[in-house]
Formats: sequence, C-alpha cells, structure tokens
Amino acid sequence: MEKTQKKCDIIFYIHRYDPEKDEGPWEKQYTLQVERGMTVLDGLHKIKETQDPSLAFRFSCRMGVCGSCAMLINGKPMLACNTQILDVTEKILTVAPLPNFTIIRDLVPDLVPMFGVHASVQPHIKRSDVMEMENPTGEYFQTPRQLEEFLQFTYCIKCGACMAACPTMATDRKYPGPMPLTQAYRYNVDSRDDGGKDRNDMVATSHGVFNCHYAGECSNVCPKGVDPARAIQLMKKDLVRDYFNLNKKKVCAPVNCVSVEPKPKVAVPPFTVGK
Amino acid sequence: MRETKYWTWFIIAGFMIFVLGGLHMMTVHLNGVVSLFNPFGSDAVAWKNVAYRSKSLCFTLTYIALLGAVLYHGFYGLRTILMELGLQKTTQRKLTASLWVIGIILFVIGTLAAAAAKIAATTL
Amino acid sequence: MAYKYDNHLGIIGWLGGGRWGIERYLYITHRLAGLGILLFFMLHIFESSLRVFGPRTWEAAMATMKHPLFEIGEFLVFTGFAFHALNGIRLILIELGFAVGKAEEPTYPYRTSLNTQRPLMLIVMVLSAILILAGGYNIFFFVK
Repeated sequence: MEKTQKKCDIIFYIHRYDPEKDEGPWEKQYTLQVERGMTVLDGLHKIKETQDPSLAFRFSCRMGVCGSCAMLINGKPMLACNTQILDVTEKILTVAPLPNFTIIRDLVPDLVPMFGVHASVQPHIKRSDVMEMENPTGEYFQTPRQLEEFLQFTYCIKCGACMAACPTMATDRKYPGPMPLTQAYRYNVDSRDDGGKDRNDMVATSHGVFNCHYAGECSNVCPKGVDPARAIQLMKKDLVRDYFNLNKKKVCAPVNCVSVEPKPKVAVPPFTVGK
Repeated sequence: MRETKYWTWFIIAGFMIFVLGGLHMMTVHLNGVVSLFNPFGSDAVAWKNVAYRSKSLCFTLTYIALLGAVLYHGFYGLRTILMELGLQKTTQRKLTASLWVIGIILFVIGTLAAAAAKIAATTL
Repeated sequence: MAYKYDNHLGIIGWLGGGRWGIERYLYITHRLAGLGILLFFMLHIFESSLRVFGPRTWEAAMATMKHPLFEIGEFLVFTGFAFHALNGIRLILIELGFAVGKAEEPTYPYRTSLNTQRPLMLIVMVLSAILILAGGYNIFFFVK
C-alpha cells in the first residue's frame, strides 16, 4: 500500500467510562479524517476539540519521553504519541485504557499503585555506609563497562505498557510487575549500590520474580527498548547463583573524596502524587 | 531465599524429568522408532518387557527418582498457577502444606509399588 | 467520590488476544500441557502399579488400553510431554540467563532478548514437531 500524502476516514472505537454515570466501560464510535503523520494522540486531540469535549486522556510531552499516554491501541499497549494511526490500521482503530490497572475515567488508568510498588523496591543507590549516603563526601567512580551492565534498564519511562502486557499481572495482584522488577535489577547490578540483599528479599517471594514465566510481551511492547524480560531473567540467574554461593562478593565503588566546599542540603519536597 | 530454593529444585527436577522421562517415553512410546530396553519383542507393555525392567534394581531406582521429580515439579507448577489466581494468605499456606502431604503420600505409594513390582517380577 | 473501574484481565489475560508474540502463546500452551500431564500422571501412578499383581492382571489392563480412545489419549500425553519438555529446556536456558543476552544500549529498531532467543525457540519447535510425528507414527501406525 502506498504511503503517500493522503487523507482517509478512520473509525475510532474509544472506550469511555464516567465513574459517576457508568457501571463499566463502553465503546463510543467516532469518525475522523486522518492524514499521514497523525499520531493516535493527535487523533484523540482532534476528536476532543471537534467532536466530543468530554473525552479524557492523559498526555504530556507528546514525544515519547514522559510515559503518560500509554493505552491499548488495537489490542496492544503502546504510547499514543509514538504511534502513527496509519501505521496501525487502514480502517478501524480501537483505543482502550491500559488493562491490569484500575480506570479513573475514559482512557486514564490509575498509575499510583504501580509507583507505590516501584518505590517499595527502593529504586535508589543504597550504601551500607548510611552516613555517606545522607551526607556525601565525594563521588563514586564507574567504568563504562560497569555502566553498560545496567544502562539499558535506566531508559524506563514508567509508562505502564509492560505491566498491561504481562499475563501474570492479569491475575496476580501481589506480583510486582515487569517495571519494578527491572528497576530492582537495575540497582542491584549498579556498581555503586550496596542494597542487593534487601531488594532480593523483597523480590524473591512467593509472588515475586519467580512468577515471571517469560511470555516476553513486556519486552515486545516496551516503547523505549528497556527489555524488562531480560532484566528479570538475569535477576533470576543472580538469585540462583546466590543460592549456590557462586557469586563473588560485590565490591562497591569506593568513595572518591573531593576537596571542595560541600553544598547545603536541600529539603526533600513534599510527595504530592496520590493525595 | 526459600522461594529461590523451591524454584531452583523445580528447575533441577525439570531437567531430571527431561532426561529420565525422555528415556521412559522412548522406551514405551517410541518402541517402533528406537528399540530401547525392550529385549523381548517390540511391544513395550508386554509382561515380559515390563518384568525385565521391574526386576532390575537400576530401573527401580531410576523410576523412583523420576516419580519424585515429577511429583515435585508438577505440584510446584500447580501451586504456582493456583497462587497466581489470588488466594488469601492462610489459604496459600494450607495449599502449600496439602500439596506437600499429597505429594509425599503419592511418592510413598509409588515407591512401595516399585519395590513390590520388583518382587512380583522376580517371582511371578 | 465514585468508584474506579477495575480493569484487571483475570484468567482471560493468560490467553492473549491475537496480536501477541509467539512466546506468549508458548507460555500458555506450556501451562496447559503441564496441567494435562499432571492430571494424567495422577492416574498413571495407579495404572502402572497394577504390574504388582502379576502378568494376568497386567495383560488384562493393557488389553483395555488398546482401545482407540486410550490411544488418542496416549498420543495427547506424548505430544504434551514432548512440547513441555523441549519448551521447558528452552525456558531453563532463558531463565538461568544463558539465552537472553547481555544488557546493551537500546537503539531503534530495538533488538530485545526475544530476538536473542528466537533461534533457540525455532529449534525447540522443530524438534517438538519431529518428536510428535514420530510418536504419532509409533502409536497409530506401528504394528507390534
């Protein structure tokens, strides 16, 4: 099919849900003239502007870096801003909110529980030297090779597409999900981090990392190529090696003291999400 | 670490089944394609062949090992599937305990049967 | 405030919807095969223990098993075992980190661990097909 400058009419089936009026989601049909280059997010904006101002959806950067607009587009979790309509369909486009979350309204999922699970795996550099963590006296050096071991997993934008695609997430409410597990692994292999044992105690539970069975959909749908499936299998490998005491004791990056005036500590801003 | 231990042995049992179960499948279900451990004709379930295998100590021990591996691997898999469906904490513990109990009972039955079969094959 | 709608897929979420990758379908087939084999095995322990009672009981039991329905069941169990065992070896290699590859900086088009393990997956599928055909020949066509 030629992909030249053309406009065509695409039928949108968009899942709507108003908690004050509806028992559950229902589909509403819209027809939109779509031209080459229009993303699904552009389409939703056009519908909201010209046809139905009550349509609710989450968006922000519109360029695939913030992770706000993940939704189920023709049955696959994708970023709406990253997906061109004519790449996905020639006639019918179904847009639904991400599965495996609760829906607040229309296409808006409640991502706060996912952020809570993410926070629970302590996704920050942890050192056994608490004094150094709280009042740092210097930097940690890291070689490019050490960086490469976890760099891929830092590209995660927390969009929730992997969580929607995971079959275990469909039934198991206590399963952390691909994103928190990948972030736990990302910190475990970071040479600057010392908190592997605590994180492993949190993820190697009866509803933890071993409930991943490599369906691979998380890696298939990730818009940033983070490959959570790879991270989770590498984490299982680490756990088994730990069990057989095959892992060398991790040497954490030493502190390189810098002789400058320490900057004044800034107060942590209040946590506002979910309030 | 406990779940890591359960899962690691689940994997080891799986590999054991691949080897021993694979040999068993070849003996009984691929007897026309590869003739393995069937010295008395190509019918793998004829009494003569069955008695030949039941008499041998080596076979009896490997069958008992295969039985243990299959029970552990199968029940761990079943436990995983049921846990993923969402159960209360007390139900989860009861499920794990009952699967252990049923597994051990079936293992004992199977082992006694294998031992009795060894005797039966020698005398009957 | 009005309640939020729970959009978890439940057990239907295990089955997929037609646009998933093949590994997702291998996952659900692997589960079904495993459950099928476990169910069969519960009966198999007792059926094969009949050899304890000597040749007459055993031969009588085996004569019952020659019925076409049992032969189809035998073929299904063999198919399930062949697929589950070979896919299981593939999963062991993947889940112990051998077939997923190292972390590498993602450049579009992304090559994930799914691409790395695909040759292994193809080998497993081909071997399963060969074994299933061999089993089918053996159970339905080979005359003892």
